[in-house]
Amino acid sequence: MDLSSAERIVVVGGGQAGAQAVQSLRQGGYRGGLTLVCGEDVPPYQRPPLSKAYMKGELDTDRLFFRPASWYAAEGIDLKLGVTARNIDRSALTVTLSSGETLAYDALILATGSTPRKLSLPGSDLKGVYDLRGLADADALKPLMMPGARIVIIGAGYIGLEAAAVARQIGLTVTVLELAERVLARVTSPVISEFFTAVHRANGVDVLTGIQTRAIRGAGGRVTGVELADGRILPADLVLAGIGITPADGLAREAGLACSNGILTDRDARTCDPRIFAAGDCAHRPLVHYGRSGRLESVHNAIEQGKLAAAAILGLPRPAEDCPWFWSDQYDLKLQIAGLSQGYDELSVRGDPASRRFAVFYLRAGAVIAADAVNSAPDFLTAKRLIAAGARIAPARLQDTSIPIKDIAALHAA
Amino acid sequence: MTKITYISHDGTERTVEARDGETVMETAVKNGVPGIDADCGGACACATCHVYVDEAFLAATGKQEEMERSMLDFAENVRPNSRLSCQIKVTPALEGLRVTTPESQH
Repeated sequence: MDLSSAERIVVVGGGQAGAQAVQSLRQGGYRGGLTLVCGEDVPPYQRPPLSKAYMKGELDTDRLFFRPASWYAAEGIDLKLGVTARNIDRSALTVTLSSGETLAYDALILATGSTPRKLSLPGSDLKGVYDLRGLADADALKPLMMPGARIVIIGAGYIGLEAAAVARQIGLTVTVLELAERVLARVTSPVISEFFTAVHRANGVDVLTGIQTRAIRGAGGRVTGVELADGRILPADLVLAGIGITPADGLAREAGLACSNGILTDRDARTCDPRIFAAGDCAHRPLVHYGRSGRLESVHNAIEQGKLAAAAILGLPRPAEDCPWFWSDQYDLKLQIAGLSQGYDELSVRGDPASRRFAVFYLRAGAVIAADAVNSAPDFLTAKRLIAAGARIAPARLQDTSIPIKDIAALHAA
Repeated sequence: MTKITYISHDGTERTVEARDGETVMETAVKNGVPGIDADCGGACACATCHVYVDEAFLAATGKQEEMERSMLDFAENVRPNSRLSCQIKVTPALEGLRVTTPESQH
């Protein structure tokens, strides 16, 4: 469907994808009506610093916003704060908001994001139990992150480990509990899991893996400890749950849009309805470098899909699809991840983990599919090129540090 | 407040007031200056905030850390006066800074 003469576009969701979509629409020359419906009370902001610099108090709140509120006004974007979409009427082409207002649309972008999984343990509703998804969570947690306080973090994924690093740097006593046998089990290889576990332990974090949590214990309505399945009770003043997210596709489902682990979209971020697009954490999309589809949880994905949706609506050429990438900052280490390593059959370690500057390349059927780079941006950037090119390289070459990584990259320039 | 002038690829100049302590990238984004993408929000993880710093100010922008150097090594159209603007902190010493943005950040 040609939407290039659309005059009313509504974007639901004021996160990274929603903010990108409105920006890309205006930058692409769209001058019609544009509404951004934000469930939170503040303009769209960056989430990554919430578990890093912002939590450490190194960044003022106003530096989190992508754009000041005045930018939206200047661009003629109706920014609705503290409002959610209640329902979509796909035949009337309207969206009804929690404020009671009904908006008509020619094109609709769903950027509703995701919601953190809640602990289902007894005691998880005690005071002192947090998750870390948005600014409100970070602002609630920040004042409690004090030297000497004891925090138990449930979940050793990115959020859990970043929070652990920040908490240690502030001076809390930190314990991380992970159900799986290793940290970052969902996203990386044992080599990287071991490396980060060692780093956290060296910094004084107590990392316990293969651990089942039985309950959160409390007194007077506040958390006092975490009880493990083996009966041990870990004293705690604070509990942070970082146990993953689920896509916020309820609105789409109710409207009859096809969903399966997120709102199903094509390469142009279009759903099964030609007027409706989905972008970011809420969307399930083709992963063109991998010959399959999936849902990605990353800033890059949100930005890219925001751009794809805008371009599709405006009838502009499809922007490039980069291989998925991600980063995580813990202590003085920058972990940069290129691609998706699930299903690798070979790996190659370039550099020495003990030097705290190295990379792990992942291959499948001889082709590089992903890489995890620690304090090694050249390896990360080379990996992105190799993945995009479907490059076949012998693991022995990748791990040969006498061959400059730039030379390897040059052979596979896009 | 420190004055910074952003010159786009086509020569258009935009002068804005920058807050000390923020970065040259943040200042651009906050003031709607085009030509700087800042995909990673300033985490030195994407190289889309690439600028060319006017020679007269290059030394005043400070030392380039290794992560930035590595990221720039792989960027397009890199020149001796290239910097990632998310790594340049605004200080009074940069009063009158002039930076040029490349034609494209990707």
